[in-house]
Amino acid sequence: MPAIETINLAKTYAVGFWRRKPRTALLPLNLQIEEGEIFGFLGPNGAGKTTTLKLLTGIVFPSSGTARILGKEVDDPGVKAQIGFLPEQPYFYDYLTAKELLEYYGQLSGVPAKDLSSRVNEMLSRVGLSDAARTQLRKFSKGMLQRVGLAQAILHDPKVVFLDEPMSGLDPIGRREVRELIQQLKQEGKTVFFSTHILSDAEALCDRVAVIHKGELRGVGAVAELTAQVHGKVEITFNASAAPAALRQLGADMHINGNIVSAVLPEENQEAALEVLKRERLRLTSLTPVRSSLEEYYVQNLQPAEKSMGVGA
Amino acid sequence: MNSRIANVAFNTFREAVRDRVLYNLIAFALLLSAAAILVGQISIDIERLVVVNLGLTAVTLFGVVIAIFIGIGLVSKEIEKRTLYTVLSRPVRRWEFVVGKFLGLTGTLLVNTFFMAIGVFLALLYVSRHFERGDFSITAALYFIILQFLIVCSLALLFSSFSSPLLSAVFTFALFVIGSLAEDLRGFAAAAKGITAMLAGTVAYLVPNFSAMNVVNQVAHGEPVSGQLILCNTVYALLYSAMAISGAVLIFQRRNLK
Repeated sequence: MPAIETINLAKTYAVGFWRRKPRTALLPLNLQIEEGEIFGFLGPNGAGKTTTLKLLTGIVFPSSGTARILGKEVDDPGVKAQIGFLPEQPYFYDYLTAKELLEYYGQLSGVPAKDLSSRVNEMLSRVGLSDAARTQLRKFSKGMLQRVGLAQAILHDPKVVFLDEPMSGLDPIGRREVRELIQQLKQEGKTVFFSTHILSDAEALCDRVAVIHKGELRGVGAVAELTAQVHGKVEITFNASAAPAALRQLGADMHINGNIVSAVLPEENQEAALEVLKRERLRLTSLTPVRSSLEEYYVQNLQPAEKSMGVGA
Repeated sequence: MNSRIANVAFNTFREAVRDRVLYNLIAFALLLSAAAILVGQISIDIERLVVVNLGLTAVTLFGVVIAIFIGIGLVSKEIEKRTLYTVLSRPVRRWEFVVGKFLGLTGTLLVNTFFMAIGVFLALLYVSRHFERGDFSITAALYFIILQFLIVCSLALLFSSFSSPLLSAVFTFALFVIGSLAEDLRGFAAAAKGITAMLAGTVAYLVPNFSAMNVVNQVAHGEPVSGQLILCNTVYALLYSAMAISGAVLIFQRRNLK
């Protein structure tokens, strides 16, 4: 049984005051995420990531299709007890202290009263906020609010955790801590579904990722599978005092270090490049395929539609 | 009461207290103290009448203002600030949230009214030097004021579930004013003819009948309040607010939170 499953899940909003027009936020989406997976949901701003998360957490209702968590419909209260959710740029009741907020959420999630206090303290310690437990949230920085958000998402020991841009607003150390936290959640057997536009985070953490753009799923699979679809490149290094002009014509990006030249060029021009070296009587030192990154897949996948406007951050 | 409703209600009460809503009690105390001292100096045997009238009217107005201005933001503020996301993604049903918010505000108004009632009785003691047997009926007037708050809160919640906070405040206040004149409106409908009578009659019976809950003058004159009126007003207020809350729940159940 998949931990998360969407079947033709779609969302259309009516916009405008008079003569309301439909605006598609999510085209029919079909996804299956297995238990224990870390799943990255990638896409530029406005791609439909947050809409999908809201649909999966019951905050908005689908226009068509269904979503199932652990085999049950999203609006089943039994399901809600099994999910944790960190919204994007979370805003909490700022008149409460961090401890009070977590206690309130713990009560709503059905954490037994006898375990509540210890559970809250454990969560605050886990996100590095023990010292600020009795500080009102209105005095918290953006990064501290993000940490509280993470604590409330995992407070009730959910099986499935949804995180919307969890690294947002965090400094490099904070980001690393969140990465570690997500990995710990996986080790605990939880399923983590997180949206991000920071590709290095997704690449480092995810078992599988999906790329969404303008409400449409553009690709889904393991990072290695997706990057294998990127048009490959090779790096050749050779001894020379200057870069041969013929290689530039083959689309090579060249760097010279002393008398060693390194040229990265499309895989399909590899043979032609070797011919150039032979003709110029240059000695080949190495030829290595360049590993494609998720960023290259992402840019290549979204670029045709974005050429005129640039990819969103 | 289910524990999730109780938790939402307690948090709503806590929010009101921490947002210093109860500070209105200071203004109320100052107003009543000034009135009691002034009336005490005039001393023309109407001190009791003035203090009870002024005190109970102030309790009503202070409470109605709080009920409207907090009531309209109970749900809409949570949607706007997106604090609802982390509540509704938990095993909290939407109706439980709405009912919890309503009860939280009602609780706030109960506490507020309790302290104001103490103020009214203290002011009464100051000007009369002693309590009379008829003073007990003031508690019935206070009870009716609380019933009015129940209806005002539920209406504010209903309007805020589909319109902007400003419009919700205007609608609720307008209904409070019209409802306070409901008996006059019924009288007008009885005297009118044709379509005017039908329209006035429909409006008179649709708007909440706050005038039936206003016994301030009566108790200020030391007259008792009948048990039958207490029963009828209780049933009426509970039914009216239950219907308004049900309407708010029905709208909120289908609402997409952006």
